[in-house]
Amino acid sequence: MKTRTLLSLAIRSIAKNKMRTSLTVLGVVIGVAAVIVMVAVGYGASRSISDKVKGLGTNMIVVTAGSSAAGGVSQGAQAFNRLSIEDYQKIVRESTLLAGASPVVLTRAQVIGGAGNWRTSVNGVSTAYPVIRDWTTSSGTFFTDDDVAAMRKVVVLGGTVAKNLFPDTDPVGQQVQLRNEPFTVVGVLATKGQTASGSDQDDVVIVPYTTAQTRLAGRSFIGQILASTNAPEDLPAAQDEIRAIMREAHRVATGDADDFTVRNQTDLAETAQATTKVMSWLLAAVASISLLVGGIGIMNIMLVSVTERTREIGIRQAVGARGSDVLRQFLVESIVLSALGGLVGVLLGVTGAMIVGRITGWSTAVPAEAIPLAVGFSAGVGVFFGWYPARKAAALNPIEALRYE
Amino acid sequence: MTAPIADKPPVIRLEGITKTYSAGGSEVHALRAVHLIVQPGEMIAIVGASGSGKSTLMNVLGCLDTPTSGSYTLDGVRVDSLSRDALADLRNGKVGFVFQGFNLLSRTTALENVELPLLYDRAARWGDTAALAREALTRVGLGDRMHHQPNELSGGQQQRVAIARALVTEPTLLLADEPTGNLDTRTSLDVMALFQALNEQGITLMIVTHETDIARYARRIVEVRDGRIIRDAVVTDRRIAADDLRAMGALEPVEAA
Repeated sequence: MKTRTLLSLAIRSIAKNKMRTSLTVLGVVIGVAAVIVMVAVGYGASRSISDKVKGLGTNMIVVTAGSSAAGGVSQGAQAFNRLSIEDYQKIVRESTLLAGASPVVLTRAQVIGGAGNWRTSVNGVSTAYPVIRDWTTSSGTFFTDDDVAAMRKVVVLGGTVAKNLFPDTDPVGQQVQLRNEPFTVVGVLATKGQTASGSDQDDVVIVPYTTAQTRLAGRSFIGQILASTNAPEDLPAAQDEIRAIMREAHRVATGDADDFTVRNQTDLAETAQATTKVMSWLLAAVASISLLVGGIGIMNIMLVSVTERTREIGIRQAVGARGSDVLRQFLVESIVLSALGGLVGVLLGVTGAMIVGRITGWSTAVPAEAIPLAVGFSAGVGVFFGWYPARKAAALNPIEALRYE
Repeated sequence: MTAPIADKPPVIRLEGITKTYSAGGSEVHALRAVHLIVQPGEMIAIVGASGSGKSTLMNVLGCLDTPTSGSYTLDGVRVDSLSRDALADLRNGKVGFVFQGFNLLSRTTALENVELPLLYDRAARWGDTAALAREALTRVGLGDRMHHQPNELSGGQQQRVAIARALVTEPTLLLADEPTGNLDTRTSLDVMALFQALNEQGITLMIVTHETDIARYARRIVEVRDGRIIRDAVVTDRRIAADDLRAMGALEPVEAA
């Protein structure tokens, strides 16, 4: 029998029993839809992480202190706060591959001014910072090298801080107080949104690092040094260069481990994405259990169908159908059933993913290749679970099948 | 009455056919050393009581079953040791079945029912299968019922569809198992008239029946009892179904024929 004939036969036989067909298919529909939604959540999460990491700045390298090993016992990153302005200055002076570098002096403070007060992170940085972080101002300007050199009390507000303190007015030119010191607002940063881990990147104020160290943090160590290259290809070489400079600056003996960590944004992204990948695989695995249950439903109905249609099978055998013809007929039927379920499931899954995204605010995205994969996989479920009933049909004895009431 | 054409090789040659089933520990001998030769163009009635072995004989003749021993040659092909698939191909190519219960596919039009055997032809000998099916239905007088489903047809019409299905592959042998068992007298005569007409056209027919009235429309009667052929005789007082129908005073036309 031609494949086309088999297909139309299967479709007609399925169409004869609409209620039963829809209930049977429902199992696969739910299974496929669940897998699609789960994959969409996982894929969306990992895509948003890579977007957010990209949002951290282009070609960014992060130097943090720590990773020191005392007597073979690794103390982990930032075990010792040992980055200094001298390290930063040495990097700026000696590196050849960097587009810019900035120290980050991290502290927290209450910002008072405008409509009230707001507790937020204070980052003391250099003028290279906006370039490294790929960050522009929505109002006013960033502070200048001159401001840094003169330790001026100028501040650039993050979007969230600006919105809370100056809901209706442009804060540029206004005064705010940080640790009882008056600062002049010179700019407002363009909003960046949340990081991958959910913290608000705009809940920050930026001041010259010199000012931060003398007026706010009161110490000479810095949290991290950020740097960037012109092109992503330069990243590995630039990282090596920074390591060499830092080892020299910290007088690390040859053979000893680094007492600092140099990472780029790809490393950060990989760590975050590895976690999401495991999560989304886990979700998809749980969801595919429902697909398995759907497959068992198909097998069950196909077995019933074979019994019900024993006489039909007998007739087909009497007029010359081989066992393989009967096998193919029932197999095609179960494949059409499950592929139909897969198709409807994909539609439902894509819609479901959108709804889940809307309700929870997570970014969900269905990868394009997931759709043929889901339909193909459910057709595979049809082959797997349709095989046994089809074998049973093919093995029927024509004489007994014809006599079956 | 035309005599069987003796110079052609026989359609069927059964030699020492036995069929033994084991049922519940004991052996049942359904057929014991059956010999039978059927020439092309014959119309044979196989008669016998239920349990006589005539159904088993019919299954063997129709290549639905293989004998336990003995040799069976159908149209020059040795059947007795063939595989399942080879038997299926043989049924498709050489045998046409007509059953007591019609055995049509439900919710399937007459045309599609008749087309069915053509679709299972491995050699794909048939070009326009739908046209052949239409032709066969016209031949049994159902040219105007092609798109009706079995439940929209009378018993006689359903049996005609089944006959058309049996004819459509131009089989060497047409096997009918109690073809009139589910039909009233008039419709039975109608079907027998059709069989006789087909036989006149040269088709070899074997009809299994337990009704002696029906057997008298055949040219030859083979009687089976206890798995043996106990009588094999030419019908001397052969009846013509078309004449009997007229004699019944068929005032109205019979069954859309």
